[in-house]
Amino acid sequence: MLAVATVEGMADRIRKTTPQTESQNAPASADMDVSTASGQRLKAELDDLLDEIDEVLETNAEDFVNNYVQKGGQ
Amino acid sequence: MAILKVCGIETEYGIVTRGFDVSPVTSSSMLINAYAGSMRQKIGWDFLDEHPSADARGTVTEASFPPEIETHLVNAVLTNGARYYVDHAHPEVSTPECLTPRDVVLYDRAAEEIILRSIASVNALLPDGQEIGTFKNNSDGKGNSYGCHENYLVSRELAFGRLASHITTHFVTRQIFCGAGKVGSENGAPDVPFQISQRADFFEEEVGLETTVKRPIVNTRDEPHCDPLKYRRLHVIVGDANMSEVATFLKVGTTALILAMIEDDQFPDWLTLRHPVTHIRSVSHDISLTSTCELQDGRKMTALEIQEQLLGLCQRYVRSYGDPTSGDADEILREWESVLDCLKNNPEDAADRVDWIAKRRVLEGFALRHGVSPLSAQLRAIDLQYHDMRLDKCLALRVGLRTLVSIDDVHRAVTNPPPDTRAYFRGTCLARWPQNIVAANWDSIVIDTGDEILRRIPMMEPLKGTRAIVGELLNAVNSVEDLLLSLGSTDTPGWDPLMTPEPGW
Repeated sequence: MLAVATVEGMADRIRKTTPQTESQNAPASADMDVSTASGQRLKAELDDLLDEIDEVLETNAEDFVNNYVQKGGQ
Repeated sequence: MAILKVCGIETEYGIVTRGFDVSPVTSSSMLINAYAGSMRQKIGWDFLDEHPSADARGTVTEASFPPEIETHLVNAVLTNGARYYVDHAHPEVSTPECLTPRDVVLYDRAAEEIILRSIASVNALLPDGQEIGTFKNNSDGKGNSYGCHENYLVSRELAFGRLASHITTHFVTRQIFCGAGKVGSENGAPDVPFQISQRADFFEEEVGLETTVKRPIVNTRDEPHCDPLKYRRLHVIVGDANMSEVATFLKVGTTALILAMIEDDQFPDWLTLRHPVTHIRSVSHDISLTSTCELQDGRKMTALEIQEQLLGLCQRYVRSYGDPTSGDADEILREWESVLDCLKNNPEDAADRVDWIAKRRVLEGFALRHGVSPLSAQLRAIDLQYHDMRLDKCLALRVGLRTLVSIDDVHRAVTNPPPDTRAYFRGTCLARWPQNIVAANWDSIVIDTGDEILRRIPMMEPLKGTRAIVGELLNAVNSVEDLLLSLGSTDTPGWDPLMTPEPGW
């Protein structure tokens, strides 16, 4: 949406997932290192995202939700 | 023999007013008028060829409620070939006819941009403290649903009963990658804290004509908007509106491939479901992706296993029969395989492209951080705000969804039609002679040259009127009178003569 995707971007994505597939055949300790590192990265990303969501979330959630009524759709 | 899958999406947006109170019909009309006003153009829609009560099954015996056409509501046809209008109580944008699923993504994004520009225009006219807001979702969480419909061109030769039973398998199971996610359940469905689809709770029949009550998984509206002897337009009402471009691409792309496979009789009968209405809900309610669906032969498979079967069949189909999506098949199959792989091995990896997974990740993280209960107002607010069209509020824009089209291409698609369908002719004529076009619809435009007689140009072939066929002719003419003269000549390749009789069906 905001970002501009490219073919290169998709290639990056494929590269990122490759090590996880390879790690299935690697020793258990290496496997754990990969998943821990990846888990920590994901957690850090999620923390940043949740910080942003706390900032933009409607301050009165109850009113926001209750006022959203849509009648007569297909 | 399969035909090229001309396709499109029509999205009803949720609409709210803040700081003032008018009916949703009024606010939707204000929105569209503001946009049309800002474009200094408003061409009316021609309802002559609209027959929403036509049923693909022929005679219908049970009580049936065909949708009404609301001719008094605001309607505009846009230079990109799209239609922008008030449908029931919502603003709705129908994309132009597209030749590829990628173009559907582009024009669906252009529709979002049109909504954004409309909001900016209308809110600039409103006093301080008043505004209109829109949401790209399918449920208000209070039992009211509104649609994101897809359309696919299919051959009239295909028996509708077979088409319906086969495509239902996909409609019930594709939600695992194109569901938009929802907090809670509605319409009498069992309680769940979170489910995969916005729409699944609202489907109560396997096949039918209705779109607003007792919604069917396969809609039988038989309104091809093109030559009815050659084509059907499959009107799909079962999908969610996606914020993820990849999800839209997969939703349309996989459906187009499977429809072509059904046309070529390569869809195996055993891969049909015994209880589709039960399973459209059970699949949606099972975020663990482990519940099974019963097939006609008694076997039980998960939605994921059924999707793996469909992927394998489509891979073989495209190798043997070619690409019905005009160049997108390789990318569709690659993305499809990749998303099923993620869903099988680590669903979190699909958070960059599957809406329900991206949304659930945020909901779970928020619930953990703030200790809120599963159906709390805060979580419902996150669910709703994921689809909020305000750029400073939209959560889908912030969760890291991968995109497929550039913003520059989206801006171009707001005003320019796709070059490879009849939308090119419609859009180009509207851009060049807005003062002469008094009405337009999917399969014709009506021109006023100042004579006493209005001229209707029929466009019964979705793949004629393209830039390749009429681009040169349109460039060569200087006036709408010249255009009519040129079209009237019999040596225009691939174009219906001007005086083709009125289509009647």
